[in-house]
Amino acid sequence: MDLSLNNIHHQYGDVNILSDINFDIKSGEIVCIIGPSGCGKSTLLRFLGGLERPTSGEVLQIGSPPDSCLNPLTYIFQDFALLPWRSVEGNISLALEDHRIQPDRAAAIINDVLARTKLTDFRKALPRQLSGGMKQRVAIARALCVNPAVLLMDEPLSALDSQTRELLMDDLVDLWTREQFTACYVTHNLAEAVRLGHKIVVLSRRPGTIREIVEIDTPLADRKKDIVAMEQKQEYLWNLMRDEALAADMELTDD
Amino acid sequence: MTEPLSPHGTSARSDSAAAKPVPFRGGGFRTSPIPWISPVVFIGLIAFWHWGSTSGFIPALVLPSPGESLQAFINLFQSGLLWLHVSASLQRLVIGWTAGTILGISVGLFVALSSIGRAAIAPLVAAIMPVPKIALLPLFIIWFGIGEGSKVATILFGVFFPTVISTFGAVDNVDRTLIRMGQSFGLSWSSIVRKIIFPGALPAILSGFRISASIAIILLVAAEMIGAQYGIGAYVLLAGSLMATDQLIAGVAILSALGLTVSYLIGRAERYFLGWRT
Repeated sequence: MDLSLNNIHHQYGDVNILSDINFDIKSGEIVCIIGPSGCGKSTLLRFLGGLERPTSGEVLQIGSPPDSCLNPLTYIFQDFALLPWRSVEGNISLALEDHRIQPDRAAAIINDVLARTKLTDFRKALPRQLSGGMKQRVAIARALCVNPAVLLMDEPLSALDSQTRELLMDDLVDLWTREQFTACYVTHNLAEAVRLGHKIVVLSRRPGTIREIVEIDTPLADRKKDIVAMEQKQEYLWNLMRDEALAADMELTDD
Repeated sequence: MTEPLSPHGTSARSDSAAAKPVPFRGGGFRTSPIPWISPVVFIGLIAFWHWGSTSGFIPALVLPSPGESLQAFINLFQSGLLWLHVSASLQRLVIGWTAGTILGISVGLFVALSSIGRAAIAPLVAAIMPVPKIALLPLFIIWFGIGEGSKVATILFGVFFPTVISTFGAVDNVDRTLIRMGQSFGLSWSSIVRKIIFPGALPAILSGFRISASIAIILLVAAEMIGAQYGIGAYVLLAGSLMATDQLIAGVAILSALGLTVSYLIGRAERYFLGWRT
Protein backbone atom coordinates (compact mmCIF):
# COMPACT_ATOMS: atom_id res chain seq x y z
CA MET A 1 0.00 0.00 0.00
CA ASP A 2 1.35 3.41 -0.98
CA LEU A 3 0.42 6.80 0.38
CA SER A 4 0.32 9.93 -1.70
CA LEU A 5 -0.02 13.54 -0.59
CA ASN A 6 -1.63 15.86 -3.11
CA ASN A 7 -1.43 19.65 -2.84
CA ILE A 8 -1.70 19.68 0.93
CA HIS A 9 -2.35 23.12 2.29
CA HIS A 10 -3.14 23.92 5.90
CA GLN A 11 -3.82 26.99 7.99
CA TYR A 12 -4.85 27.72 11.57
CA GLY A 13 -6.92 30.90 11.37
CA ASP A 14 -4.88 33.31 9.26
CA VAL A 15 -1.56 31.56 9.79
CA ASN A 16 -0.37 29.35 6.97
CA ILE A 17 1.20 26.23 8.40
CA LEU A 18 1.85 24.13 5.32
CA SER A 19 1.46 24.84 1.66
CA ASP A 20 1.81 22.93 -1.56
CA ILE A 21 3.02 19.62 -0.20
CA ASN A 22 3.28 16.79 -2.72
CA PHE A 23 5.13 13.55 -2.26
CA ASP A 24 4.59 9.80 -2.22
CA ILE A 25 5.43 7.11 0.28
CA LYS A 26 6.07 3.90 -1.63
CA SER A 27 5.60 0.50 -0.13
CA GLY A 28 8.74 -0.76 1.59
CA GLU A 29 10.51 2.57 1.88
CA ILE A 30 11.20 4.86 4.81
CA VAL A 31 10.49 8.51 4.08
CA CYS A 32 11.98 10.95 6.55
CA ILE A 33 10.57 14.42 7.02
CA ILE A 34 12.98 16.97 8.44
CA GLY A 35 12.60 20.67 8.97
CA PRO A 36 13.13 23.42 11.53
CA SER A 37 10.96 23.44 14.63
CA GLY A 38 7.43 24.69 14.05
CA CYS A 39 7.44 23.96 10.31
CA GLY A 40 4.44 21.67 10.58
CA LYS A 41 6.13 18.30 10.20
CA SER A 42 4.19 16.68 13.03
CA THR A 43 0.98 18.19 11.65
CA LEU A 44 1.79 16.61 8.30
CA LEU A 45 2.17 13.24 10.00
CA ARG A 46 -1.22 13.63 11.66
CA PHE A 47 -2.75 14.20 8.21
CA LEU A 48 -1.12 10.99 6.98
CA GLY A 49 -2.80 8.90 9.68
CA GLY A 50 -6.14 10.70 9.52
CA LEU A 51 -5.94 12.24 12.99
CA GLU A 52 -6.33 15.71 11.53
CA ARG A 53 -7.64 17.09 8.23
CA PRO A 54 -5.76 19.58 6.04
CA THR A 55 -7.53 22.78 4.99
CA SER A 56 -7.22 21.68 1.38
CA GLY A 57 -5.61 18.89 -0.56
CA GLU A 58 -5.88 15.20 0.13
CA VAL A 59 -3.99 12.21 1.42
CA LEU A 60 -4.59 9.18 -0.80
CA GLN A 61 -4.19 5.55 0.04
CA ILE A 62 -3.17 3.70 -3.13
CA GLY A 63 -3.96 0.01 -3.11
CA SER A 64 -5.47 -1.74 -0.11
CA PRO A 65 -3.56 -3.07 2.89
CA PRO A 66 -3.18 -6.85 3.26
CA ASP A 67 -5.98 -8.62 5.13
CA SER A 68 -3.76 -9.52 8.05
CA CYS A 69 -3.38 -5.82 8.73
CA LEU A 70 -5.47 -4.74 11.74
CA ASN A 71 -4.61 -1.04 11.74
CA PRO A 72 -3.07 0.05 8.43
CA LEU A 73 -1.79 3.43 9.59
CA THR A 74 -0.13 3.08 12.97
CA TYR A 75 1.67 5.72 14.99
CA ILE A 76 4.69 5.65 17.22
CA PHE A 77 4.70 8.74 19.38
CA GLN A 78 7.56 10.81 20.72
CA ASP A 79 6.37 10.53 24.32
CA PHE A 80 5.56 6.80 23.96
CA ALA A 81 1.87 7.25 24.89
CA LEU A 82 1.78 4.13 27.09
CA LEU A 83 -1.05 3.69 29.56
CA PRO A 84 0.69 3.93 32.95
CA TRP A 85 -1.90 1.67 34.61
CA ARG A 86 -1.32 -1.24 32.25
CA SER A 87 1.62 -3.61 32.14
CA VAL A 88 3.77 -4.03 29.04
CA GLU A 89 1.52 -6.88 27.98
CA GLY A 90 -1.64 -4.91 28.73
CA ASN A 91 -0.45 -1.95 26.71
CA ILE A 92 0.15 -4.15 23.71
CA SER A 93 -3.13 -5.99 24.07
CA LEU A 94 -4.97 -2.63 24.12
CA ALA A 95 -4.33 -2.34 20.39
CA LEU A 96 -5.84 -5.80 19.79
CA GLU A 97 -8.86 -5.64 22.08
CA ASP A 98 -11.22 -3.89 19.68
CA HIS A 99 -10.56 -6.29 16.83
CA ARG A 100 -12.44 -9.35 18.16
CA ILE A 101 -9.44 -11.66 17.99
CA GLN A 102 -9.55 -15.09 19.64
CA PRO A 103 -7.80 -14.87 23.02
CA ASP A 104 -5.24 -17.54 22.13
CA ARG A 105 -4.39 -15.84 18.83
CA ALA A 106 -4.03 -12.50 20.61
CA ALA A 107 -1.69 -14.16 23.11
CA ALA A 108 0.35 -15.59 20.26
CA ILE A 109 0.61 -12.18 18.57
CA ILE A 110 1.69 -10.58 21.85
CA ASN A 111 4.32 -13.25 22.46
CA ASP A 112 5.62 -12.77 18.94
CA VAL A 113 6.01 -8.97 19.13
CA LEU A 114 7.49 -9.19 22.62
CA ALA A 115 10.12 -11.58 21.27
CA ARG A 116 10.81 -9.39 18.25
CA THR A 117 11.42 -6.34 20.44
CA LYS A 118 13.33 -8.35 23.09
CA LEU A 119 10.76 -7.55 25.78
CA THR A 120 9.71 -11.06 26.77
CA ASP A 121 11.26 -10.78 30.24
CA PHE A 122 9.46 -7.51 30.93
CA ARG A 123 5.92 -8.48 30.02
CA LYS A 124 4.53 -7.93 33.52
CA ALA A 125 6.38 -4.67 34.19
CA LEU A 126 4.57 -1.33 34.52
CA PRO A 127 5.70 1.61 32.38
CA ARG A 128 7.05 3.49 35.39
CA GLN A 129 9.55 0.69 36.00
CA LEU A 130 10.99 0.94 32.48
CA SER A 131 13.69 3.20 31.07
CA GLY A 132 12.89 5.54 28.20
CA GLY A 133 14.37 3.18 25.64
CA MET A 134 12.35 0.27 26.99
CA LYS A 135 9.16 2.34 26.90
CA GLN A 136 9.75 3.16 23.27
CA ARG A 137 10.38 -0.53 22.57
CA VAL A 138 6.97 -1.28 24.10
CA ALA A 139 5.43 1.36 21.86
CA ILE A 140 7.15 -0.21 18.86
CA ALA A 141 5.90 -3.66 19.92
CA ARG A 142 2.39 -2.28 20.26
CA ALA A 143 2.63 -0.78 16.78
CA LEU A 144 3.96 -4.04 15.30
CA CYS A 145 1.21 -6.18 16.84
CA VAL A 146 -1.47 -4.69 14.58
CA ASN A 147 0.70 -5.52 11.56
CA PRO A 148 0.65 -2.00 10.11
CA ALA A 149 0.92 -1.23 6.40
CA VAL A 150 2.62 2.08 7.16
CA LEU A 151 4.32 3.10 10.40
CA LEU A 152 3.99 6.78 11.20
CA MET A 153 6.77 7.77 13.56
CA ASP A 154 6.68 11.18 15.22
CA GLU A 155 10.20 11.87 16.48
CA PRO A 156 10.28 8.44 18.12
CA LEU A 157 13.81 8.78 19.46
CA SER A 158 13.79 12.43 20.50
CA ALA A 159 12.88 11.80 24.13
CA LEU A 160 15.78 9.37 24.59
CA ASP A 161 19.42 9.89 25.51
CA SER A 162 21.95 9.57 22.73
CA GLN A 163 23.25 6.08 23.60
CA THR A 164 19.72 4.65 23.74
CA ARG A 165 18.92 6.43 20.52
CA GLU A 166 21.88 4.77 18.84
CA LEU A 167 20.75 1.32 20.07
CA LEU A 168 17.18 1.79 18.96
CA MET A 169 18.28 3.12 15.59
CA ASP A 170 20.25 -0.10 15.06
CA ASP A 171 17.15 -2.06 16.07
CA LEU A 172 15.04 -0.20 13.54
CA VAL A 173 17.59 -0.84 10.80
CA ASP A 174 17.63 -4.56 11.70
CA LEU A 175 13.86 -4.67 11.72
CA TRP A 176 13.66 -3.02 8.31
CA THR A 177 16.33 -5.32 6.88
CA ARG A 178 14.26 -8.30 8.03
CA GLU A 179 10.80 -7.18 7.01
CA GLN A 180 10.97 -4.05 4.78
CA PHE A 181 8.22 -2.12 6.49
CA THR A 182 6.90 1.15 5.09
CA ALA A 183 7.31 4.20 7.26
CA CYS A 184 7.11 7.93 7.45
CA TYR A 185 9.61 9.17 10.00
CA VAL A 186 9.45 12.75 11.30
CA THR A 187 12.59 14.00 13.00
CA HIS A 188 14.69 17.08 13.54
CA ASN A 189 17.81 14.96 13.88
CA LEU A 190 19.76 14.85 10.62
CA ALA A 191 21.81 11.82 11.67
CA GLU A 192 18.61 9.78 12.16
CA ALA A 193 17.30 10.91 8.80
CA VAL A 194 20.52 9.92 7.05
CA ARG A 195 20.65 6.53 8.80
CA LEU A 196 17.03 5.53 8.21
CA GLY A 197 15.63 7.43 5.25
CA HIS A 198 15.44 6.18 1.69
CA LYS A 199 13.95 9.51 0.83
CA ILE A 200 14.36 12.67 2.91
CA VAL A 201 11.80 15.42 2.53
CA VAL A 202 13.29 18.75 3.63
CA LEU A 203 10.69 21.29 4.71
CA SER A 204 11.25 25.03 4.94
CA ARG A 205 10.18 27.03 7.95
CA ARG A 206 6.60 28.23 8.31
CA PRO A 207 4.70 28.14 6.06
CA GLY A 208 6.21 24.71 5.44
CA THR A 209 6.92 23.95 1.82
CA ILE A 210 9.14 21.27 0.34
CA ARG A 211 12.67 22.62 -0.19
CA GLU A 212 14.00 19.47 -1.66
CA ILE A 213 13.55 15.72 -1.63
CA VAL A 214 16.90 14.02 -1.15
CA GLU A 215 17.20 10.35 -2.06
CA ILE A 216 19.85 8.10 -0.54
CA ASP A 217 20.54 4.89 -2.44
CA THR A 218 22.96 3.22 -0.02
CA PRO A 219 21.18 0.21 1.58
CA LEU A 220 20.26 0.88 5.23
CA ALA A 221 22.42 -1.95 6.53
CA ASP A 222 25.55 -0.58 4.85
CA ARG A 223 25.20 3.01 5.97
CA LYS A 224 27.09 2.60 9.22
CA LYS A 225 30.16 1.45 7.28
CA ASP A 226 29.96 4.22 4.70
CA ILE A 227 30.57 6.97 7.22
CA VAL A 228 32.16 9.47 4.83
CA ALA A 229 29.33 9.44 2.32
CA MET A 230 26.77 9.73 5.12
CA GLU A 231 28.64 12.66 6.63
CA GLN A 232 28.52 14.35 3.26
CA LYS A 233 24.76 13.80 2.96
CA GLN A 234 24.25 15.14 6.44
CA GLU A 235 26.38 18.18 5.63
CA TYR A 236 24.35 18.74 2.49
CA LEU A 237 21.08 18.56 4.43
CA TRP A 238 22.41 20.89 7.08
CA ASN A 239 23.34 23.46 4.45
CA LEU A 240 19.81 23.26 3.09
CA MET A 241 18.32 23.81 6.53
CA ARG A 242 20.78 26.08 8.26
CA ASP A 243 19.35 29.49 7.35
CA GLU A 244 15.81 28.26 7.84
CA ALA A 245 16.62 26.91 11.28
CA LEU A 246 18.30 30.17 12.22
CA ALA A 247 15.31 32.20 11.07
CA ALA A 248 12.84 29.82 12.73
CA ASP A 249 14.70 30.18 16.00
CA MET A 250 14.24 33.96 15.92
CA GLU A 251 10.50 33.74 15.39
CA LEU A 252 7.98 34.60 18.06
CA THR A 253 5.19 32.10 18.49
CA ASP A 254 1.79 33.74 18.36
CA ASP A 255 -0.15 31.17 20.28
CA MET B 1 46.83 34.95 40.14
CA THR B 2 46.24 31.37 39.10
CA GLU B 3 48.09 28.92 41.20
CA PRO B 4 49.51 25.96 39.29
CA LEU B 5 47.59 22.81 40.16
CA SER B 6 49.81 20.30 41.85
CA PRO B 7 49.45 16.79 40.49
CA HIS B 8 48.90 15.51 44.03
CA GLY B 9 46.29 18.09 44.84
CA THR B 10 48.17 19.33 47.88
CA SER B 11 48.83 22.89 46.83
CA ALA B 12 45.36 23.98 47.94
CA ARG B 13 46.29 22.98 51.45
CA SER B 14 49.32 25.31 51.52
CA ASP B 15 47.29 27.78 53.58
CA SER B 16 45.71 25.50 56.16
CA ALA B 17 43.62 28.29 57.75
CA ALA B 18 41.60 28.60 54.53
CA ALA B 19 40.44 24.98 54.49
CA LYS B 20 36.97 24.39 55.89
CA PRO B 21 34.05 22.18 54.93
CA VAL B 22 31.50 23.58 52.52
CA PRO B 23 28.50 24.69 54.59
CA PHE B 24 25.47 22.39 54.21
CA ARG B 25 22.45 24.27 52.94
CA GLY B 26 20.24 21.51 51.64
CA GLY B 27 18.28 20.72 54.83
CA GLY B 28 14.69 21.53 55.74
CA PHE B 29 11.47 21.45 53.68
CA ARG B 30 11.40 17.67 53.82
CA THR B 31 9.33 15.94 56.44
CA SER B 32 10.05 12.42 57.52
CA PRO B 33 7.50 10.21 59.28
CA ILE B 34 7.82 9.92 63.07
CA PRO B 35 5.25 7.25 63.95
CA TRP B 36 5.32 7.53 67.76
CA ILE B 37 4.49 11.26 67.89
CA SER B 38 0.78 11.05 67.09
CA PRO B 39 -0.19 8.51 69.82
CA VAL B 40 1.89 10.49 72.32
CA VAL B 41 0.07 13.72 71.43
CA PHE B 42 -3.29 11.95 71.59
CA ILE B 43 -2.62 10.32 74.95
CA GLY B 44 -1.11 13.56 76.23
CA LEU B 45 -4.24 15.53 75.33
CA ILE B 46 -6.52 12.95 77.01
CA ALA B 47 -4.27 12.96 80.07
CA PHE B 48 -4.39 16.75 80.23
CA TRP B 49 -8.17 16.66 79.85
CA HIS B 50 -8.44 14.04 82.62
CA TRP B 51 -6.15 16.05 84.89
CA GLY B 52 -8.15 19.23 84.17
CA SER B 53 -11.44 17.55 85.04
CA THR B 54 -10.29 15.87 88.25
CA SER B 55 -8.43 18.91 89.56
CA GLY B 56 -11.38 21.22 88.82
CA PHE B 57 -9.36 23.25 86.31
CA ILE B 58 -12.06 22.35 83.73
CA PRO B 59 -15.54 22.64 85.35
CA ALA B 60 -17.76 19.59 84.74
CA LEU B 61 -20.42 21.86 83.21
CA VAL B 62 -18.02 23.04 80.50
CA LEU B 63 -16.62 19.66 79.58
CA PRO B 64 -17.26 16.27 81.18
CA SER B 65 -14.23 14.21 82.12
CA PRO B 66 -12.98 11.59 79.68
CA GLY B 67 -14.04 8.88 82.12
CA GLU B 68 -17.64 10.11 82.16
CA SER B 69 -17.71 10.28 78.36
CA LEU B 70 -16.34 6.75 78.16
CA GLN B 71 -18.97 5.64 80.69
CA ALA B 72 -21.68 7.24 78.54
CA PHE B 73 -20.35 5.32 75.55
CA ILE B 74 -20.33 2.05 77.53
CA ASN B 75 -23.90 2.69 78.68
CA LEU B 76 -24.93 3.30 75.11
CA PHE B 77 -23.26 0.07 74.07
CA GLN B 78 -24.82 -1.95 76.89
CA SER B 79 -28.30 -0.59 76.24
CA GLY B 80 -28.00 -1.94 72.69
CA LEU B 81 -28.82 1.45 71.25
CA LEU B 82 -25.31 2.00 69.86
CA TRP B 83 -25.85 -0.45 67.05
CA LEU B 84 -29.30 0.99 66.26
CA HIS B 85 -27.88 4.51 65.95
CA VAL B 86 -24.77 3.51 64.05
CA SER B 87 -26.56 1.18 61.65
CA ALA B 88 -29.24 3.76 60.87
CA SER B 89 -26.55 6.35 60.14
CA LEU B 90 -24.37 3.98 58.15
CA GLN B 91 -27.29 2.92 56.01
CA ARG B 92 -28.17 6.52 55.11
CA LEU B 93 -24.53 7.38 54.53
CA VAL B 94 -23.81 4.39 52.31
CA ILE B 95 -26.98 4.69 50.22
CA GLY B 96 -26.74 8.48 49.86
CA TRP B 97 -23.05 8.58 49.15
CA THR B 98 -23.04 5.66 46.70
CA ALA B 99 -26.03 6.94 44.75
CA GLY B 100 -24.64 10.48 44.70
CA THR B 101 -21.23 9.25 43.57
CA ILE B 102 -22.58 7.03 40.78
CA LEU B 103 -24.85 9.81 39.52
CA GLY B 104 -22.10 12.39 39.92
CA ILE B 105 -19.52 10.37 37.99
CA SER B 106 -21.99 9.63 35.19
CA VAL B 107 -23.08 13.25 34.86
CA GLY B 108 -19.48 14.42 35.22
CA LEU B 109 -18.40 12.16 32.36
CA PHE B 110 -21.30 13.37 30.26
CA VAL B 111 -20.49 17.02 30.96
CA ALA B 112 -16.82 16.47 30.16
CA LEU B 113 -17.33 14.45 26.99
CA SER B 114 -20.21 16.15 25.24
CA SER B 115 -20.33 19.71 24.02
CA ILE B 116 -24.06 19.90 24.71
CA GLY B 117 -23.62 18.55 28.22
CA ARG B 118 -20.88 21.04 28.89
CA ALA B 119 -22.92 23.96 27.62
CA ALA B 120 -26.15 22.88 29.31
CA ILE B 121 -25.14 21.36 32.63
CA ALA B 122 -21.86 22.98 33.65
CA PRO B 123 -23.43 26.41 34.42
CA LEU B 124 -26.31 24.69 36.24
CA VAL B 125 -23.90 22.76 38.43
CA ALA B 126 -21.93 25.92 39.13
CA ALA B 127 -25.15 27.67 40.19
CA ILE B 128 -26.45 24.93 42.51
CA MET B 129 -23.10 23.79 43.91
CA PRO B 130 -22.63 26.66 46.43
CA VAL B 131 -26.15 26.30 47.88
CA PRO B 132 -25.86 24.65 51.30
CA LYS B 133 -27.89 21.49 50.77
CA ILE B 134 -29.13 21.60 54.33
CA ALA B 135 -31.09 24.73 53.37
CA LEU B 136 -33.02 22.54 50.93
CA LEU B 137 -33.89 19.96 53.61
CA PRO B 138 -37.41 21.35 54.27
CA LEU B 139 -38.05 21.10 50.55
CA PHE B 140 -36.74 17.53 50.51
CA ILE B 141 -39.04 16.68 53.40
CA ILE B 142 -42.00 17.89 51.35
CA TRP B 143 -40.79 15.97 48.29
CA PHE B 144 -39.55 12.76 49.83
CA GLY B 145 -41.30 12.63 53.20
CA ILE B 146 -39.98 12.97 56.73
CA GLY B 147 -38.57 9.43 56.73
CA GLU B 148 -35.42 8.05 55.14
CA GLY B 149 -36.07 9.62 51.74
CA SER B 150 -35.33 13.21 52.65
CA LYS B 151 -32.17 12.31 54.59
CA VAL B 152 -30.76 10.17 51.82
CA ALA B 153 -31.68 12.85 49.27
CA THR B 154 -29.82 15.51 51.25
CA ILE B 155 -26.67 13.40 51.32
CA LEU B 156 -27.10 12.43 47.67
CA PHE B 157 -27.39 16.04 46.58
CA GLY B 158 -24.48 17.10 48.74
CA VAL B 159 -22.27 14.39 47.27
CA PHE B 160 -23.50 14.75 43.68
CA PHE B 161 -22.24 18.26 42.93
CA PRO B 162 -18.65 18.03 44.13
CA THR B 163 -18.38 14.64 42.38
CA VAL B 164 -19.58 16.15 39.09
CA ILE B 165 -17.03 18.95 39.42
CA SER B 166 -14.14 16.65 40.31
CA THR B 167 -14.99 14.13 37.55
CA PHE B 168 -15.35 16.89 35.01
CA GLY B 169 -12.00 18.41 35.95
CA ALA B 170 -10.35 14.99 36.09
CA VAL B 171 -11.48 14.05 32.59
CA ASP B 172 -10.33 17.41 31.25
CA ASN B 173 -6.87 16.71 32.65
CA VAL B 174 -6.42 13.26 31.11
CA ASP B 175 -3.35 13.29 28.88
CA ARG B 176 -4.55 14.19 25.37
CA THR B 177 -1.76 12.19 23.76
CA LEU B 178 -3.18 9.00 25.28
CA ILE B 179 -6.59 9.74 23.79
CA ARG B 180 -4.97 10.47 20.43
CA MET B 181 -3.07 7.20 20.74
CA GLY B 182 -6.35 5.37 21.31
CA GLN B 183 -7.85 7.01 18.23
CA SER B 184 -4.78 6.17 16.17
CA PHE B 185 -5.27 2.49 16.97
CA GLY B 186 -8.87 2.71 15.87
CA LEU B 187 -10.36 2.07 19.34
CA SER B 188 -14.08 2.67 19.61
CA TRP B 189 -15.48 5.64 21.53
CA SER B 190 -16.62 3.45 24.40
CA SER B 191 -13.24 1.69 24.58
CA ILE B 192 -11.45 5.03 24.80
CA VAL B 193 -13.77 6.16 27.60
CA ARG B 194 -13.52 2.89 29.53
CA LYS B 195 -9.87 2.06 29.01
CA ILE B 196 -8.19 5.44 28.73
CA ILE B 197 -10.30 8.31 30.01
CA PHE B 198 -11.84 6.69 33.07
CA PRO B 199 -8.64 5.14 34.50
CA GLY B 200 -6.77 8.34 33.66
CA ALA B 201 -9.33 10.38 35.59
CA LEU B 202 -9.49 7.96 38.53
CA PRO B 203 -6.75 9.58 40.68
CA ALA B 204 -8.55 12.93 40.73
CA ILE B 205 -11.95 11.25 41.15
CA LEU B 206 -10.66 9.31 44.18
CA SER B 207 -9.26 12.42 45.79
CA GLY B 208 -12.67 13.98 45.18
CA PHE B 209 -14.09 11.09 47.24
CA ARG B 210 -12.36 12.43 50.34
CA ILE B 211 -14.19 15.74 49.99
CA SER B 212 -17.54 14.20 49.09
CA ALA B 213 -17.32 11.69 51.98
CA SER B 214 -16.73 14.42 54.55
CA ILE B 215 -19.59 16.46 53.10
CA ALA B 216 -21.76 13.33 53.36
CA ILE B 217 -20.95 12.92 57.07
CA ILE B 218 -21.71 16.58 57.80
CA LEU B 219 -25.02 16.40 55.96
CA LEU B 220 -25.86 13.07 57.61
CA VAL B 221 -25.66 14.60 61.07
CA ALA B 222 -27.52 17.72 59.99
CA ALA B 223 -30.32 15.73 58.38
CA GLU B 224 -30.62 13.41 61.40
CA MET B 225 -31.04 16.38 63.67
CA ILE B 226 -34.38 16.99 62.01
CA GLY B 227 -36.91 14.30 62.67
CA ALA B 228 -34.94 11.10 63.07
CA GLN B 229 -35.55 8.54 65.78
CA TYR B 230 -32.24 6.76 65.40
CA GLY B 231 -28.90 7.92 64.08
CA ILE B 232 -25.77 9.43 65.52
CA GLY B 233 -27.04 12.93 64.70
CA ALA B 234 -30.29 12.25 66.56
CA TYR B 235 -28.33 10.89 69.53
CA VAL B 236 -26.09 13.97 69.65
CA LEU B 237 -29.08 16.31 69.33
CA LEU B 238 -30.95 14.55 72.13
CA ALA B 239 -27.86 14.62 74.34
CA GLY B 240 -27.46 18.33 73.63
CA SER B 241 -31.03 19.22 74.49
CA LEU B 242 -30.77 17.27 77.75
CA MET B 243 -27.44 18.98 78.52
CA ALA B 244 -25.96 15.48 78.77
CA THR B 245 -22.53 16.63 77.65
CA ASP B 246 -20.94 13.23 78.39
CA GLN B 247 -23.26 11.60 75.85
CA LEU B 248 -22.62 14.44 73.44
CA ILE B 249 -18.87 13.84 73.61
CA ALA B 250 -19.44 10.10 73.11
CA GLY B 251 -21.52 10.87 70.00
CA VAL B 252 -18.85 13.20 68.64
CA ALA B 253 -16.22 10.50 69.21
CA ILE B 254 -18.33 8.04 67.21
CA LEU B 255 -18.55 10.57 64.37
CA SER B 256 -14.82 11.09 64.48
CA ALA B 257 -14.24 7.34 64.33
CA LEU B 258 -16.64 7.15 61.39
CA GLY B 259 -14.71 9.86 59.55
CA LEU B 260 -11.38 8.14 60.23
CA THR B 261 -12.74 4.82 58.98
CA VAL B 262 -14.01 6.40 55.77
CA SER B 263 -10.70 8.10 55.16
CA TYR B 264 -8.84 4.84 55.85
CA LEU B 265 -11.05 3.01 53.35
CA ILE B 266 -10.44 5.65 50.68
CA GLY B 267 -6.71 5.38 51.35
CA ARG B 268 -6.91 1.62 50.84
CA ALA B 269 -8.89 2.11 47.63
CA GLU B 270 -6.27 4.55 46.37
CA ARG B 271 -3.48 2.12 47.07
CA TYR B 272 -5.39 -0.68 45.35
CA PHE B 273 -6.50 1.22 42.25
CA LEU B 274 -3.59 3.61 41.85
CA GLY B 275 -0.65 1.30 42.48
CA TRP B 276 0.61 2.17 39.00
CA ARG B 277 1.44 5.73 40.02
CA THR B 278 5.00 6.66 40.75
